[in-house]
Amino acid sequence: MKTAVCIKQVVTREWPLRVNDGKTWIRDADATFELNEPDAYALEEALRLKEKHGGEVVVCSAGPARAAQVLREALARGADRAVHVESDALATADAAAVAEALAAALRDEKVDLVLTGLQSDDQGLGQTGVILAEKLGMPHATIIMEVQASESGLRVKRELEGGWFQWIALPLPALLTIQSGINQLRYATLKGIMAAKKKEIRKVTPAAPAEPPQRIAALYVPEKGKKTQIISGSPADAARELIVRLRDEARVL
Amino acid sequence: MILAVAEQRDGKLNRATWETIAGAQQAGGEVAVAVIGSGVDALTAELAAAEATAVVVADHAVLAQYTADGYVQALQQIIAAEAPSHVFFPHTYQTRDFAPALAARLNRPLITDVIAIKKQGDAVVLVRPVFQGKLNADVTIGGPAPHLATFQIGAYRADAARKGSAAAPVKAAALTLDAGSIRQKPEAPFKEARQAVDLSQAERIVAAGRGIKGQEHLKIVEQLAQALGAEVAASRPICDAGWLPMDRQIGSSGQTVAPKLYLALGISGAIQHLVGMKGSRTIVAINKDPDAPIFEIADYGIVADLFEVVPALLAELNK
Repeated sequence: MKTAVCIKQVVTREWPLRVNDGKTWIRDADATFELNEPDAYALEEALRLKEKHGGEVVVCSAGPARAAQVLREALARGADRAVHVESDALATADAAAVAEALAAALRDEKVDLVLTGLQSDDQGLGQTGVILAEKLGMPHATIIMEVQASESGLRVKRELEGGWFQWIALPLPALLTIQSGINQLRYATLKGIMAAKKKEIRKVTPAAPAEPPQRIAALYVPEKGKKTQIISGSPADAARELIVRLRDEARVL
Repeated sequence: MILAVAEQRDGKLNRATWETIAGAQQAGGEVAVAVIGSGVDALTAELAAAEATAVVVADHAVLAQYTADGYVQALQQIIAAEAPSHVFFPHTYQTRDFAPALAARLNRPLITDVIAIKKQGDAVVLVRPVFQGKLNADVTIGGPAPHLATFQIGAYRADAARKGSAAAPVKAAALTLDAGSIRQKPEAPFKEARQAVDLSQAERIVAAGRGIKGQEHLKIVEQLAQALGAEVAASRPICDAGWLPMDRQIGSSGQTVAPKLYLALGISGAIQHLVGMKGSRTIVAINKDPDAPIFEIADYGIVADLFEVVPALLAELNK
């Protein structure tokens, strides 16, 4: 089975976010970046499917030159090769534009299965995978917690809300968005990191994207909905004060 | 006209449907409600109580069980017939499964996870959280209608949905659907083995997030819970990592709770977590990051290293 995994590079969770002067994005010129965590679960699932059924795992990312970092990381974890749709504009693009860029790069790959994480840690649109399926003419299923693959197709376990689940059968080729927590992630070994250096990253230049219909007019820190009483002081003082407040003011102890 | 799309399973309306109707009504202008399924007369009657120009019913055997392909086809046909300016959905797992495909097929924008609508002159601005809820984005939309949007659970109150003085007229959608074109073959939904822990009944909850850093540190969380007479819970990443069982998870994919006291340790407060606990009476957040969104909904906050504060709390409680 030939599987493509679409991964995104996002700013690290610990990075202190500051809005740029135009209020359209964060200041990320000197930020540190990492593999979008939900996509790591999609990659892991693809590697496990390959171990079970054989085949090839191709990782694909749409983003600026720096996104090569997460492709190297995926190759070090065990992906066979990579496709990098390289464009600065894709760093802040909406899901439709990213899906279009990924679709153009994946059409000729003739894959059996496409996996993505269920959303990104930056814009969190949660749409890229499903739009990509539509553009590739594949059926899809989302928020998947288990994948059973056979010659004839897939049987996947979809997470519904409130503790409910549902099995769904799909013909191949198909696209799945993977729920975080479906598996235990592996990390790159030294051997994997060395091997990754010899693996191919194919670069693709995307077509100029159309003017997107939606845009971020302003980015800002949300207003607080509640008046939070911040308790300061040494840990011992803060702890003492908090217990007093919870006992006497909130009356919850 | 704004088309609000209802969500149902087995003839039961998802509560978020009324929140979406309320959002559509508050956006201004005419509102119609769409309901999709098979044999949904009772639901149609329930929805007709809303102040709306019509309830559009897509009733077809092919739609008896939810499938992405079935819903996309049905809604594509309803939208072609009704020509709404906007289509609103509740931001549920089901909507997330089909709405992006519908938007792609219509070649129209979809704005997900909207928490508020603002009017700036004639322009409609949709507000959505980004960067794990640490920032909000005001999103403007251009281009031809319809514009699609999904509304975060709790963004609008279900009881704020206005009821009409008489039942709204019911309109059957003319549909051409072919069972053979549905590529997803669903089996019946099921519940995983009964949850061992019902956190919704807990009076106090101590919940751990990423800030706990390692499974070995959960011991101090358990000690604090014991000293407070509380249950232990966690945000999704802790359960994903296998440090606590999935039935201890609070949030959109876990349990929804509203205890008297919710003490969040090292939880940043992504929207998926907040929707599961923001109804708690008193919320305490302990986090190193002063910008963590959990502080937006906390009553009491301590901006500090939890590994220094929790032992101090234990010492204080054990005095």
